[in-house]
Amino acid sequence: MDGIDVKEIQPTSPGASEQSGAKGRTPVPELLFGDLWDYAPAPQNTSHVKIAPRYEHFIGGEFVAGTGYFSTLNPATEERLSEVPAADDEMVDRAVRAAREAFDKRWSKLPGSERGKVLYRIGRALQERSRELACLETMDNGKPIKESRDVDVPLAAAHFLYYAGWADKLDYALPGATVSPLGVCGQVIPWNFPLLMAAWKIAPALAAGNTVVLKPAETTPLTAALLTEIFQEAGVPPGVINIIFGAGASGAALVRHPDLNKVAFTGSTEVGRAIQRTLAGSKKRLTLELGGKGANIIFDDAPLDQAIEGVVEGIYFNQGHVCCAGSRLFVQENVLETVLRKLTHRLASLRVGDPLDKNTDVGAINSSEQLEKIRSYVDIGCAEGAQMHQLACELPDKGFFFRPTFFTNVVPAHRIAREEIFGPVLAIQTFRTPDEAVQKANNSPYGLSAGIWTDKGSKLFAMAKALHAGVIWGNTFNKFDPASPFGGFKESGFGREGGLHGLLPYMEVRG
Amino acid sequence: MCPYVLPPVPSVDQVQAELRASSFRKRSIKTSAKKQALRLILSMIDLTTLEGMDTPDKVRRLCRKGRDPLPGEDLPSVGAICVYPTMVSVAKEALAGSSVKVASVATAFPSGQTFHELKIEETRRTVAAGADEIDMVISRGAFLAGDYGRVFDEIAAIKQACGPAHLKVILETGELGTYDQVRRASRIAMDAGADFIKTSTGKISVAATMPVTLVMLEAIRDFYLETGRIIGMKPAGGIRTAKEAWHYLAMVKETLGDTWLTNRLFRIGASSLLNDVLMQWRRLSSGRYQSPVYFSED
Repeated sequence: MDGIDVKEIQPTSPGASEQSGAKGRTPVPELLFGDLWDYAPAPQNTSHVKIAPRYEHFIGGEFVAGTGYFSTLNPATEERLSEVPAADDEMVDRAVRAAREAFDKRWSKLPGSERGKVLYRIGRALQERSRELACLETMDNGKPIKESRDVDVPLAAAHFLYYAGWADKLDYALPGATVSPLGVCGQVIPWNFPLLMAAWKIAPALAAGNTVVLKPAETTPLTAALLTEIFQEAGVPPGVINIIFGAGASGAALVRHPDLNKVAFTGSTEVGRAIQRTLAGSKKRLTLELGGKGANIIFDDAPLDQAIEGVVEGIYFNQGHVCCAGSRLFVQENVLETVLRKLTHRLASLRVGDPLDKNTDVGAINSSEQLEKIRSYVDIGCAEGAQMHQLACELPDKGFFFRPTFFTNVVPAHRIAREEIFGPVLAIQTFRTPDEAVQKANNSPYGLSAGIWTDKGSKLFAMAKALHAGVIWGNTFNKFDPASPFGGFKESGFGREGGLHGLLPYMEVRG
Repeated sequence: MCPYVLPPVPSVDQVQAELRASSFRKRSIKTSAKKQALRLILSMIDLTTLEGMDTPDKVRRLCRKGRDPLPGEDLPSVGAICVYPTMVSVAKEALAGSSVKVASVATAFPSGQTFHELKIEETRRTVAAGADEIDMVISRGAFLAGDYGRVFDEIAAIKQACGPAHLKVILETGELGTYDQVRRASRIAMDAGADFIKTSTGKISVAATMPVTLVMLEAIRDFYLETGRIIGMKPAGGIRTAKEAWHYLAMVKETLGDTWLTNRLFRIGASSLLNDVLMQWRRLSSGRYQSPVYFSED
């Protein structure tokens, strides 16, 4: 950051710095977020987590050796954790054939109640092995153990349990219509919520009677690998769930396989476009859950202290690696000063570092590539004339870390205000009226999420109606529930996951 | 003199405030941090006995315990001994030569339902008897009726009657109904000259909670940034374990900063908390939990 004017947020300043406060008021010493009483390290014990030196594809209920093995790292230490193979066309074909056979011979013939039992068993097994899964997720992904323990794993289990309940009630899902499964589904998931995204994809597909071939992201294959053990223990019939590993090429091989009935993809808009081109003219159904540039809107009548929590939850949760992150903050201009002061104080108490420490709030960036991307966007923001504010915390010597950051003096034309950064970087802009807030929030190619902060119910509902986003939170942010549909408008994709709506992309409907 | 007008106070969202407050329960306090926290907590306890059956000897026993919580161990004394006004002189004598303050509940504690002049007189006499700190209750009836001016005037008058004694203003948050009301009452108390704001009397079933304390800490923070005046905070009632107490400390640390981590600015009103802190302290040194029977109850 040489030569760039960065306003550093000092957590340990000796309290000597004077801050001007509101207009016309006496300056008071700044609040001191120091280490008078510091939390000692509270590392999560990981001795119960057994990581094999190598994992294999899981096809037809068996582990199948592959080719092109590559390593997966712990992004917080840069240490190699294990290795997995990269699926080629032949391996993809083998997996799809296994899924087809399982669909034709077994799974589609099972009564819904039996499918439900299998899903319930998976959900319960996730709960039983929750600590192990949480540790593994944190080691492979870099997210704080607090989040994998309290969000990723419980929500993943909840998705299986929720869709287990639907499996024997599909006849009642759409009154007046009968439904049937599609067949074999190819599913490609991202690295930001590896286990949770696997649950979002697998649970509704299986509940509706489909079989799947799932490819986890190349940097985060390990919880999917552990899932294969859980599937075996839960008695998932062979071939119903197949997991193949690999990077983009393997994913491309999967989605172009001719015998798929359905493709579901969560990831970048760029790859989503490529998939859509590949599938054009084919019989395959498609749902896409892509990028976002969520607008978080704070009105002057908002509960401001709680709104700040929503801002932090919106952009620093999971290091900002969240497609529905509230990465654009719109603040009503007359409360900007107060909001910035409160946000600065809140940032000063964020704890960045070892993801396995139970007190860590912001963990490691998932890969060096992503870290580079975030850095380049921050440079772009500075070069374009925005003012950068950054928490001046110490970072571990090794691993991929980035300090929580926000930008002021941002204008809508800035790239940091338009493009998805997928990191802990917030772009703050102002607005004067509700109409202007709507116009600015909707002025984006994306439309995945939005947050509204106001004490007025009428304003909240009027805003929610006017905003072009698939998920809208009122006085909260980044809250998920398996019963609630999730998905995007515009270039954030189509199709919904979660709730009854999440079943629809996996069913044929007959009138 | 102009009548008091309550300035605008920010609204509070109940769901999100409770979520934030519960996040401090996830702070994992281990080893050296726990040791430091236990010492801090000890020094912040307002060790309290407020019963009709209080006797001089009971108060003297409590004072002994507060001065030297675990004889033979190098531990700080508690922050204060909190008693009814009639017991102030007994406590003062028993605490002579120690750092422990004498706090007393004046103003027709716990209901506050008596005549203004009597509250002033009670405060004066209690301070004259040797109280270093006065814990008053606000007139919740007047507050809930919207008569903020009366609440303000009463606190201001008691503050004057306190003279050199510190004034803690009890909002009795369990009777206020919403966090918005807590925020308003906090502001009135701070405007009127409170040195501390305090959650509860401990005499009704809903006492201190983490969210209510968080809302009051945020009120203190905003008041400080606006006026430069530093106000203390005292959650009282319902905090029974050391673990709960250090989660409160984490909340103070992350809301107001380290400056407030002192018994001059943060107190915990409690009676049973002390022995749990002592048990945790013993556990840190011995590695084992001891039975409660090894700790004297007063």
